[in-house]
Amino acid sequence: MTDHPILEVENLCTTFSRGGTDLPAVRDVSFALCKGQVQGLVGESGSGKSVTLRSILGLARHYGEVRGSVRWQGQELTTMSERQLRKIRGREIAMIFQEPMTSLNPLLTVGTQLTETLKAHTDLGRRARRDRAIEMLDHVGIPAAASRLGEYPHQFSGGMRQRVMIAIALAASPKLLLADEPTTALDVTIQAQILDLILKLADEMSMGVVLVTHDLGVVAQTCDTVSVMYAGRVVEQGDVRQVLQTPRHPYTEGLMRSVPQDVPPRTQLYSVPGTPPSLFSLPEGCAFAPRCQAAGPACQTARPTLQDIAPGRQTACFHPLPATQEDAA
Amino acid sequence: MTQTVMKIDDLHLSFPVSRSLLDVVQRRPGKSVNALNGVSLELQQGETLGVVGESGCGKSTLARCIVRLYEPTSGQIHFDEQNIFGAAARKDRSYNRRVQMMFQDPYSSLNPRMTTGDILAEALRVHQMRPEAEIAPRVAELLDLVRLPQDAAEKLPHEFSGGQRQRIAIARALAVEPEVLIADELVSALDVSVQAQVVNLLLELQQRLHLTILFVAHDLRLVRHVSNRVAVIYLGRIVEIGDSETLFSAPSHPYSQALLSAAPSLDPDDKGAAIQLEGELPSPLNVPPGCPFHVRCRHVTAQCRTVIPALRALEGRGEVACHHAEEINQHA
Repeated sequence: MTDHPILEVENLCTTFSRGGTDLPAVRDVSFALCKGQVQGLVGESGSGKSVTLRSILGLARHYGEVRGSVRWQGQELTTMSERQLRKIRGREIAMIFQEPMTSLNPLLTVGTQLTETLKAHTDLGRRARRDRAIEMLDHVGIPAAASRLGEYPHQFSGGMRQRVMIAIALAASPKLLLADEPTTALDVTIQAQILDLILKLADEMSMGVVLVTHDLGVVAQTCDTVSVMYAGRVVEQGDVRQVLQTPRHPYTEGLMRSVPQDVPPRTQLYSVPGTPPSLFSLPEGCAFAPRCQAAGPACQTARPTLQDIAPGRQTACFHPLPATQEDAA
Repeated sequence: MTQTVMKIDDLHLSFPVSRSLLDVVQRRPGKSVNALNGVSLELQQGETLGVVGESGCGKSTLARCIVRLYEPTSGQIHFDEQNIFGAAARKDRSYNRRVQMMFQDPYSSLNPRMTTGDILAEALRVHQMRPEAEIAPRVAELLDLVRLPQDAAEKLPHEFSGGQRQRIAIARALAVEPEVLIADELVSALDVSVQAQVVNLLLELQQRLHLTILFVAHDLRLVRHVSNRVAVIYLGRIVEIGDSETLFSAPSHPYSQALLSAAPSLDPDDKGAAIQLEGELPSPLNVPPGCPFHVRCRHVTAQCRTVIPALRALEGRGEVACHHAEEINQHA
C-alpha cells in the first residue's frame, strides 16, 4: 500500500438529464488504485457502478455531465480532449464489457479485431501483429489459436468470446483494466476460469484492475479492496476482508445476509425490506433510510457522508454497526 | 408417508436443426440438438426438487416438457397415474390447471397491456375457478397472498419493479390452485436483496398450500437453500440426484464436485480451493459417446469413453451416474 496510486478518482459525479429532470447516477465516488491491485465495485442494478467505470474512461460524458476528478498517473482525464483520450484508451487503460455476445463485431474475424488494436496502439509490423495476436489468444487459453484467427465471433462459445474480449483488451499491455461484469453472462465453471485468468494476467503484467460485479462471492474471491455502492453513492469501502467479514453499513450487512450461505436450509432468509429507490425520486436524507432498520430521525433529513472509521476503511452512516475486535486489530 | 405425484420416465427430446444446402448436396442426414437424453425422476408430494446445471444442459427444456410446452421425442410423464401426453389427458385440461409454470424473465412474461387484476381474473375465468361475482374478491385475496398492495390490481406490469412482477407471476400461478409449481429461474433476474424476499414468499406459500415445487436455477446456494432434493443435469442427463444437504456437502459425481466448488465463496480467506474444470460444455449437437462428461473429467478411463454410465444408488449418498464413483469418493 506504500505504492503511489496510479489511478485516483475524486468526488466523481455523473448526471444524466431525462425530460428536464436531473438523474444523479453517480455521486461523490472517490477511490485510489495502486499497481497490481484489484478494486471491486459492488451494488445492485442501478446503483451506478457501470456508470462510474464509464465515467473514468470518458465514455459517459457523451450522454451525461461528469464532474469531479479522475487522475491517471498524474494526468487529469475528465478535462482531456477526445483526441488525447484515444491515446490512453486501449493502450494504457483497457475495458472489458459485460456482454461478450454483443461487444464483438460480428462481421469481422477475431484476428482482424485483435490486430486492429495492435495496429492502433503499437508500432508492430504486420507479421509481428499476427504473431502477437496468436500469442494473446494462446495466453487466454484458446486452443489452436493460429487456426482460430480467421474465425468469426459466432463460431465461438460465450466463454471463448469473453476470452477473446480479454485478449483484445490486454493486447497492448495496458496498465489498468476496467472490467464491467466480465463473468455475469457465463456459467459458474467458466466464471471461475475467466476470473482466474484475469487475476493471473493482472499479476504477471502488474496491472491494476477495477472489477464491477453484483456478486459478493466474486468480490470475495478476487478483490483486494471493495466499494459498496447504493443509489449512486459509495456507502462503504475498504479492505475486502474487513468489509465482507465485519460490515459496518446496514446495507452491506443486508446484502451479505441475504445470500443463503451458512443458514439452516428451508428457513426464512434475511431480506432487506423494500426495493432500491428510483433515481427520479431519491429520498431527501440517506437513500437507504426507508429500508434501514437502524434509521433514526437524522437519517430522514440529512445525508451521511463517507467518514473514516478505521485506517483505510470508510462508511457513510450515522449509525454504523459496532466494530468487532478483528476490526480494531 | 411420501407420495409420488409425478413420475418422469426416460424422457428424450431432440430438436431437428434445418439441413444446410451443403448437407442436402452431400446427402448427409439432418442434425438434431439432443436436449434431453433419458431423464427419469420422481416428484414427491410436498417436496422441492432443485434442478441445477450449466446453461444449455436441458434444465429449462425439462421444465417446459413437464408443462407440455414441448412434446418429448420419447418417454413418458405420469401425473396421477395418467400419461400426460396420452390422448385422454390431452382432452382433459385439468392438468394445465394442476401444474403451473412460472417463468424467468419478469419483463416479458406478463402481458404489458393487461392490468394485474385482468391477468389474475383471466386465469380464474379460463379454468372456471370462481363464479363471475366472486372473481373480484378472489383477486384481492391473491394480491394479499403475495403481499402486493390492493391498488396493484389497477396497475399495468410496467409500473412494478422486477420483484413485484415475480410476485404477480406467483399470484397468477396460484390463482388456479395448482398442486405442482414449476419455477424456471424464478429469481435469477432479481437483485440479491429482492431475491431473498421472493424466495421467502415461495417457501412460506409452499408450506401453507402444500405445494410441490420443481425449482430450476443456476444459483447453487439458492437451490441448496430451498430444495429437499437436488438433481444435477449435464447434457440432458441426470448425473447425480439425492438429498440436498448430502449432495451439497459431499457431492459424488466429478461434475457435481467441480460445479459446486466453482461457486465463489463469500469468505475472502477461502481462496483457490476450486476444482478447475477444463473446457466447456460440449455442444448438444454432437454429444460425446460414452459418459457425456468424459471429455472434461479428471478421472477418465477407457470405459468412460464408450459406455454410458447408468444412474445407480451409492451407499450413504444419492444416485450417481459414474463408473468410478466408488474410487473417486474413497478418500472423501
